[in-house]
Order: sequence, then C-alpha cells, then structure tokens
Amino acid sequence: MDLRKLTAAGLAAKIKAKEVSVMQAVQTVFDVMEEWEGLYHCYVTVDREAVLRKAEEIQRCIGSGELTGPLAGVPVAVKDNLCTKGLLTTCSSKILGNFIPTYTAEAVRNLEKAGALVIGKTNMDEFAMGSTTETSAYGVTRNPWDADRVPGGSSGGSAAAVAAEECFAALGSDTGGSIRQPASFCGVVGMKPTYGTVSRYGLIAYGSSLDQIGPIAKDVTDCAVLLEAIASHDEKDSTSVPRKDTDFTSALTEDVQGMRIGIPRDYFGSGLDADVAEAVRGAAGVLAEKGAVVEEFDLSLVEYAVPAYYTIAAAEASSNLERFDGIKYGYRTGEYAGLHHMYKKSRSEGFGAEVKRRIMLGSFVLSSGYYDAYYLKALKVKALIKKAFDRAFSNYDLILGPVAPTTAPKLGESLTDPVKMYLGDIYTIAVNLAGLPAVSLPCGKDAAGLPVGLQLIGDCFQEKTVIRAAYTYEKARGEFGTPFAESGSVTVPEGKEG
Amino acid sequence: MAKQYETVIGLEVHVELATKTKIFCGCSTAFGGAPNTHTCPVCTGMPGSLPVLNKKVLEYAVAVGLATNCTITRYCKFDRKNYFYPDNPQNYQISQLYLPICRDGGVEIETAAGKKTVGIHEIHMEEDAGKLIHDEWEDCSLVDYNRSGVPLIEIVSEPDMRSAEEVIAYLEKLRMMIQYLGASDCKLQEGSMRADVNLSVREAGAAGFGTRTEMKNLNSFRAITNAIEGERERQIELLEAGKKVVQETRRWDDAKGESYAMRSKEDAQDYRYFPDPDLVPVAVSDEWLAQIKAAQPEFRTEKMARYQAEYDIPDYDIEIITASKRMADLFEETVKLCGQPKKVSNWLMGETLRLLKEKGMEPEDIRFSPEHLAGLIRLTDEKAINSTVAKEVFEMMFEEDIDPEKYVEEKGLKTVSDEGALRRAVEDVISANPKSVEDYRNGKEKAIGFLVGQTMKAMKGKAEPGMVNRLLKELL
Repeated sequence: MDLRKLTAAGLAAKIKAKEVSVMQAVQTVFDVMEEWEGLYHCYVTVDREAVLRKAEEIQRCIGSGELTGPLAGVPVAVKDNLCTKGLLTTCSSKILGNFIPTYTAEAVRNLEKAGALVIGKTNMDEFAMGSTTETSAYGVTRNPWDADRVPGGSSGGSAAAVAAEECFAALGSDTGGSIRQPASFCGVVGMKPTYGTVSRYGLIAYGSSLDQIGPIAKDVTDCAVLLEAIASHDEKDSTSVPRKDTDFTSALTEDVQGMRIGIPRDYFGSGLDADVAEAVRGAAGVLAEKGAVVEEFDLSLVEYAVPAYYTIAAAEASSNLERFDGIKYGYRTGEYAGLHHMYKKSRSEGFGAEVKRRIMLGSFVLSSGYYDAYYLKALKVKALIKKAFDRAFSNYDLILGPVAPTTAPKLGESLTDPVKMYLGDIYTIAVNLAGLPAVSLPCGKDAAGLPVGLQLIGDCFQEKTVIRAAYTYEKARGEFGTPFAESGSVTVPEGKEG
Repeated sequence: MAKQYETVIGLEVHVELATKTKIFCGCSTAFGGAPNTHTCPVCTGMPGSLPVLNKKVLEYAVAVGLATNCTITRYCKFDRKNYFYPDNPQNYQISQLYLPICRDGGVEIETAAGKKTVGIHEIHMEEDAGKLIHDEWEDCSLVDYNRSGVPLIEIVSEPDMRSAEEVIAYLEKLRMMIQYLGASDCKLQEGSMRADVNLSVREAGAAGFGTRTEMKNLNSFRAITNAIEGERERQIELLEAGKKVVQETRRWDDAKGESYAMRSKEDAQDYRYFPDPDLVPVAVSDEWLAQIKAAQPEFRTEKMARYQAEYDIPDYDIEIITASKRMADLFEETVKLCGQPKKVSNWLMGETLRLLKEKGMEPEDIRFSPEHLAGLIRLTDEKAINSTVAKEVFEMMFEEDIDPEKYVEEKGLKTVSDEGALRRAVEDVISANPKSVEDYRNGKEKAIGFLVGQTMKAMKGKAEPGMVNRLLKELL
C-alpha cells in the first residue's frame, strides 16, 4: 500500500482501523520531504522532533479511545500566517523571522481537536500579498507539476505541499483568491467558506474584512471534512457567525438534478486563456449531463472588482501591519538614532517590496482628502458587487467559472508587472468582496499538461450546494492524477534534482 | 481704555469607565498591578489577535449620553486612528470618528452669573494606551500595557463656556452625573477624569471665533483654573502686541504656572481614520435603550427634593450629602438601618467631612459600611459609649471599617453602668481631692468640673458624664 496516495479521510480510516500507525503516516510525509522538499520548498518550518513527539501522543490517545476525531492522526500542513503556540510563525516575512506565538489560532485548534497533526508551516507570499508565493522572504515555492513554474499564491506552499504529497491536507487563507488560485495551479481542491464561518482569531491579518481560512486538499471529500472540522462560532472573533449548518460532509452526494447553474458571460471575455475556457466549459457540460440546468448570464461590474479590492485590502493592510514596528516582537534594526528612525529602519529592512507597495497604496487611499475618492468609493463598489451577486443568486443556485485566466506562469514572470499580476485575480476577488463561499477543483489540463481549475461559487452560507456540485463533478470526472502519477510530467530543471 | 475680551472655551473630557474588564478583551482594569500582568494577546497587539467589544462599555456610554440629553446613535461603529507610538501596541487606537455613540446633548450649569446650558457635541468610546517608563539609569524606555485597552469615553463640548468658573461648574456637573450613574469614579488626580481645554479669545461682541489652542496635562480643578487664566492672558498679550495666536497644542506646567507649545497644527498628523473591520457595527435596540433609560438613577435635583420631603434635616446638609453619590447612598442606607436621619447626617457632616478633609480624600474613598455606622449610632443611643469614645471608635471605623460593636466589646470601652463601681470611684476622688471639695462646698460651682474630670480619668473614660455629675452632687 502506497500511503502517499491516500486522501486525508482515507488515511484517517486506516489509522482508525489500526492498519496504519500515526508514526507510519508521519514517516511517509518525512520520506516525501526528503525526496522533494529541497526542490519544491513548500515549508518555512518543520519541527521534526516536536512532530514525532506529538505523533506518539496522538497514537496513544487514539489507542486509549480518547481521540476519535475525523482526522485523528492525519499529518496536515498549516499556512505560516496562522499562529501556532511555540512554533515559529513568520508570514514568510523577515519582520516576523523570530516570532513564536504564545497561542494557537482557533482554526488550527479546531483542526487539532479533530485529531490532525500539524506537520509544519507552509510558505506563502509575504503577509499573503502576492499571487505566486514569490514574495516570500524565505525563497520561492515551485509547482510540483512543473518546477519552473509558480504554485500560485498566496497559499502556494500549502497547495504545493498537498500536490507534492508532502502532507495529506493543508490550511490556507483566502483574501482575494489565495486558496483557490494556488489550488487551481497545483491541481488540488481548495475551498474558501462564507466570511465568518471560520474564526480569524490567530490568523495574522492582511485584509480583515476579506480574509477567510479554508482547506486545501486532494479531493472534495477531504475539503468538506476539513471545513467541517475548522468551522466554529468563536466569541473571540466578533465577525464570526453562529451557524448550525456546518455538517458539510452531509453534502457529499452526487445530485445536481435541477440545480440551476449560471455562467457569467463576463468571465469569458478577452484575457482568458483558450485552454482554460475550454476546460471550464467542458466541466459545465458534465454538470449539465448530470441534470443541472446550465445557462449563461451577465453578472456585470466584473472589471471593477480588482481596483475595489486592491483599494480595500491595501487600506486594511496598511493599518493591520502597523503593529510590526520592532518594539514588542519581530525584527528590529541593529543601529538607529531615536524612536522614529528605529521604526523606519526596522520596517524598511523587515518588509519586502510588494508589502511596502501595498502599505503605501493603502496609506494613500486612507489619507485625508483622498478617503472619499478612493476608500469610500471602493466600499460603494463592494456593495454594488454584492448586489449583483444577490441578483444572480435570485436566479441561480450556483455560479460557475474559471479560477484564473491562465494556468501557472513561469517563475519570475509575474512580479515585474504588478498590475498584470493583480488582474490575474479577476475571477476570484469578487467572491471575497461579496463574502461568498467558493471552491476550486481541477477540471482539465492545458496543452502543456498544467492543471486548470474550475470555480463554483455559492450564495452566502450555501457551502453545501457548492460541495454537492463539486462532489458530483469530481465523481463524473474521475481520477485527476498527481504530478507523480503520469510518468514524464514531473519537470525537473537541470541541476535541481530532488 | 483697553479693549474688552471675551474668552471662549470648549472642553474635551476623557472619562475612564468603571468596568471590571477592558474594552476589547477580558483583562482586568484594576489599578496598580505589576507591569504587564493585566495583559493578553489582544491588549498587547499580538499578531492575529482580535478585539471584541465589552457590552458594559456601550451601556455606560449610552447611560452618560442619556443623562446629558444626547441623541443616541442607534447604529454605531468603531474606527481606527492610526499613529505610531510605543504605548499604543497596534500603532492604531480603536476610537469612533464617523458614528460616535452620542451626539447633540447638553447639561445645565449654574454659576454666580446664573444658569446656562453647555452643549455637548458628541460622546465617543475609545481605548486607553499603555504607559511608557523611561529608565534614566539603564538609558532605555519600557512599556507597561496594563492600561492598554482600559475603556474611555470622550465627551466633547461645544465652545459654550466663557470663564473658568463655568468650566469648573460644567466639570463638576459632569462628574456628579457620571458618579451617580456609577460609570466612573471621575478622579482627576488619578487620571480617571481628564480634561483638555480648547480656548480662544475675541473682542467682546465679535461674531467669529479667535484662533484656539488646546491645553493638556490638567490634573486638578485648580490647574484648570490657573491654565485658563494663564492662557487667556497669554493670548490677549499676543493680540495686544499685534501678534497672532498660533493654533497649537500646549502643555500646562502647574508648578511653574505656565504652558509651552507641544505641537502646532502644521505638525498635525493624518490619522487615516477608517472603520475597524475587526469589529462589527453595533445596533442599539429599542428594547435595550429602554432598559438603560429605566435603570437611570435618581439624579441630584430629584434627590434633593425627595430628601426635603422625607427627612427632617437642614437644607444645607441635603446639599452637601447629595453632592456625592457615595455620600447620599451611605446616608440613605444607614437611615434605612437605624431610622435616625438627623444623627446619620451629623456623623456625615461632622466627623466624616472633617476626616476626609484632614486626609485629603474624596467621598468616593469612604470605606466604612452603613451597617457599621448604624451600629455606632445604636451604641450611642443605648448610652453604651459616651461621645468621646464614639469619636474614637468612628476614627477606627473610618480607617479600617471595623465593626464598632465588636471593637467596643473587645477593647472594653463600654460605659460602666454599674452604679456601685462608679460610686466607689467618686468616693475615692472626693477623698483624694479635699481642696476641690472644699471649694465646691464654699460655692465654687466650677470646682465640680475638675472632680468630674478626675472621675472620668479614673474610669478610663468609660463613664457617662451625666451620671458622674449626679453622683458627685449627691455625695457632696
């Protein structure tokens, strides 16, 4: 039995049945890391000794019957912007290069309550700002389907770790597509829940009104299992919503009979790669065959989502990142003359270029005299976009479209033109502005053999509709495969053998 | 003749609310803990922490707004005020700019010049900052975040005051109302009430306002009065010399009796206010507002009227007692226990005020309980102790809130009512003081006073003077 190929739910069942030990599962992950981590660099931190100790403890608790959770013993990776008590949490930034939290994020605690074993902290774009994981202060992560390409971002480390089988599932965070886009680029499944479903307590904030934590996994079932585990009403997060319908695994049924699915015509205009368009339309056809009613419609306002998003997210980020000043924790410059010089130097040296760009952008749109013209206007656009979705969901149960205009670009291609990179978020961003749930799952490959993602968007609190459609499609599609399954698809650049 | 000038004053008053826990986390607001012991990830601005509003803060703010005739904002939000300073762990303060909880109110004040209403522009909620401690020895600065996140309300008045007298009347009125509400103890010295004075002068009769300055660091009513007088003079001098008043923030040095400029308007920071996305907007429901309204206490004016109707005590006593909620509560509760308003009032007006003044304390600092004051009154009623002993016992009560009945018992301070013992003491005094006895018998009435004193001394004060007097006369 090749443990690497197991899904999280599959592994949990085998551990429960005592066919596999927690230690074997951990060893499997460590073996894969041994082989591939040097090349892909999915992780910022893996504390092997602590993981082994924890594995023994979990095994003991499973043995004694104390631990019966749905993920008991399953090694899971966590994005490095989620606080983990006693374990380095860097946000892939130099400014938090020495930051060890005193508490664990609520979502991670929930995951651990379900029995999962945190195997390590995954690489990301610095403070989740980026779409390629290239803005990390700790080096790039490579796409397991083609190591010359980016894994997407900002949760690129989590998506690549799942694709590379360096964990069985992972947590990411999604502010403008940061779960769905890397999942799409890496040929795995990623889900962003409705805003307020998963507590943000312990998630180092980027754009607070848009940030949500969600799962990245090998299939739709694992996504549902993880989301069910991490969703909770948390009194420590006032934006957390009390919900009684978080039994997401109950929606794992093959049934889209009569489901009304709308495809925004606006999503298939210029800029969308032909291979991507074809794969997505193909997926829509599959759902239609399964009994869904698929129609095209005009969503409108699509071109306004990107500017509104980059105004709101940057504004919130400029304030959220003020606390990183070298006073209380994190990086402090070596030499300075006085308080303000220390602030300036610590922050200039501690933050990377993309983070500084967004802090400046955010500070500008909030500054006196510009607030109304930029920030307030962006909030109005956000409200209008929400209305456009409300209209759409009065006609449809689900909206179907691409995740990103292209498949994974080559390393180094994106950062030179930030506006172009920002436009790559066009299909994912509106979902965050409207607070909606959405999933990204593989629906085909382009001519180069790179995965293409299908995005299914639900109305607020309708994760179950999203999961039901995604599960139905996944069953109809059949095995998607992994970078390793098809011989020859793993492209290793010269001199970089794993 | 020199020009006549009018002073125009508006106040920004910060009041620390009397909640048990901080505004956005569960940490204690208690004063004086070891540095950074009343802290958590939220009030130290740790990455990933989130604020959650303490509902009691909102309740107090609404209560103060209702008491000051404000319109309550039914859908209110918090905003971030962004500025870098180490006492502010997030480098933004959570405050309210766009939708403050209360607006457009006012309170009536009375001065020698008569009654007038001082308008209240708004009241908003915000968090306090930590405290910086500069260590000269180690040449470093340390931060204590115990105060970080302590809830404040800021009451912003309209520029309606014209003199220091009006300012003090306004502050006293606010303080009394807030104390009556139990929303704060409002101690200026300890900083639980802080006032910044915005002041400008203009020629009498002018329609527009002059350029104003803002004065900070005013820790007592006296400092406020001095600062107002000083700033008025400074501004008039500038104008008389043909110079301009600069809009700036100034710091008052009460020891030197002068102020100096801290920062001018040109240096004013852009705080980049925007709604805090971590806090959901707060809706004040009709039901809740009605509850807070119903729970408003009886304020001073109503209380005075009721005292006049209910208790047979002088108007002067009523005025003093109702000036402090603590004093009024103590009065009413003690009267409820012993049924003797006049006696209770005497203890409060006499010994209590004397000791408060002597020790430089506020009525809010009183420690003794109504039960114990009632107990003391019972002891004197029963003539179990005389008035000298009663005053001694009261001092102990004032210091440590001892139980007077237990204390008198333990210390053996009870008046000796055993006539036999007293008679023996009187006989001893008579035989030991033949000179005074003779003087008395020769018609020197005053000599008996000395004999009474000697007897009291022999009884260690535990005798009832009237009884001693009667026995002496009888035996002589």
